[in-house]
Amino acid sequence: MSGAEKIAVTVTDVVPLNDLVTRFEFKRTDGGLLPTFSGGAHTVVEMRDGDKRRMNPYSLMSDPMDQSAYTISVRRDDEGRGGSLFMHTGVKVGDQMTISNPVNLFGLDLRAKKQLFIAGGIGITPFLGQIKQMERLGGRWELHYTCRSEALGSYVDELTTQHPNEVHVYYDDQDQRIDLIALLDGQPIGTHVYVCGPKGMIDWVRKTATAEGWPRESIHYEEFLAPKPGKPFEVKLAISNEVIQVGEQESLLEAIERAGVDAPYLCRGGACGQCETRVIDYTGNFIHRDHWLDDDEHSNGEKIMPCVSRFEGKTLVLDR
Amino acid sequence: MSKFDFPPSILSRPVYGTLEPRNGAAHLMIADAEGAEAILDVATPDMMAKAHIIYIPKGTGFGDRLRALNPAQYYEGPSYPAAAQRIAKAFADAKMGLQVYLSGTEGVMGRAQHAAMQAGVPHTSIQTEHRGSTARRMQCVHCKGITEDVTVDPFQCAHCGLHLFVRDHYSRRLAAYQGVNIDAEDPGNVPESKGIYE
Repeated sequence: MSGAEKIAVTVTDVVPLNDLVTRFEFKRTDGGLLPTFSGGAHTVVEMRDGDKRRMNPYSLMSDPMDQSAYTISVRRDDEGRGGSLFMHTGVKVGDQMTISNPVNLFGLDLRAKKQLFIAGGIGITPFLGQIKQMERLGGRWELHYTCRSEALGSYVDELTTQHPNEVHVYYDDQDQRIDLIALLDGQPIGTHVYVCGPKGMIDWVRKTATAEGWPRESIHYEEFLAPKPGKPFEVKLAISNEVIQVGEQESLLEAIERAGVDAPYLCRGGACGQCETRVIDYTGNFIHRDHWLDDDEHSNGEKIMPCVSRFEGKTLVLDR
Repeated sequence: MSKFDFPPSILSRPVYGTLEPRNGAAHLMIADAEGAEAILDVATPDMMAKAHIIYIPKGTGFGDRLRALNPAQYYEGPSYPAAAQRIAKAFADAKMGLQVYLSGTEGVMGRAQHAAMQAGVPHTSIQTEHRGSTARRMQCVHCKGITEDVTVDPFQCAHCGLHLFVRDHYSRRLAAYQGVNIDAEDPGNVPESKGIYE
């Protein structure tokens, strides 16, 4: 079976934080201990919604050393494919669910002399785990967190109370903005910058830091892409000798899994590279949406990342 | 000739490039001997306005030409150990946006790279260019003593006196190649020394 090892858990707490974000707590159904993890790790939550199965990655925000429970925060996306909406409306205390072992694609570089965290909105969640890890290690860190408004500022109170000197909050509706060049200028040598938030923010931080002479190795980012709905299409799986239909609301990976074909995956968000699949033949156009393949690979039609990318056209034959 | 084509080797062996100007808040350039030529090749007036050059001439006559580049700071010292305090201070005070350029012999580039890594500079972001002597800084794996400027293989450890085989196995942590006793199985059977690349 593909993906990280699975854990059977029970939902032990559901806490709505504001209009958009709800926090969920999971404990092992068998009463045992959960694995420790490292700050920035995520778990893939399996959602059984009638005959649909969705698997979405969510950053773990609890203390990485706390083995009694994991917590995640889910932002409701009314425009999405329904995973977050299902979490908000269909999941209640006492429900049994399946989550994956933690996987970290956004780990801290512990060689850093200082960690500079930049979060936008729900992008705060991986930093909540990382901050707890840094506090335990006694390392130097600083957080710059932008929220739409005070009402939507998830965890602002907790952060500013516990870490008044390290946490800086900016509210969009009060026209508060991170002065990024001033923030990057003068950071001590050995600082690493981490950004998690909307795509525009990630691009802005990466571009600005690079232009200021920050090495590529010191710039870290995480952006999970949710698979976007699209036109249905047909795919031939050459090894399994199956022809499958990918529905409007499901990803290519989910359609492959629905057909009973075991396909590798880890993050399901276009970041980790595990699901990379070779294209044998195609007539049509790829809609590449991942962060894994480079520009050449996106144009040469040899590979596709089925977790987030789609296809429009007549024929697509995959080496799966 | 100050450039040398190193033969292909194992992954552990450092590979050197050609210095290129990069955007940055400051430029720290550390070089010895013919490494000065690499700085002279890459220097621009803009870069020099924000540059700190730390140079160990080892008897070469490049000092005046480097000084004529008019860098913001210029230091010349007789040896790496003599310059080490200054190098450590330069890294300790440095801010993000600093670009690091190393040129010259492997021993000096390796030690400067180590100082940069201690300060938190990712080693892959450091530019290096080999110039001049191909001598190596070797660590004896038996006594752990370091022998500088080794040009022949095998060589005798300057500390414990064992005859050591020059390996391409390199340690960034030690800034040294590994030297392993060549006559351990058959004491006294030491092949004749020749140049490392002969």
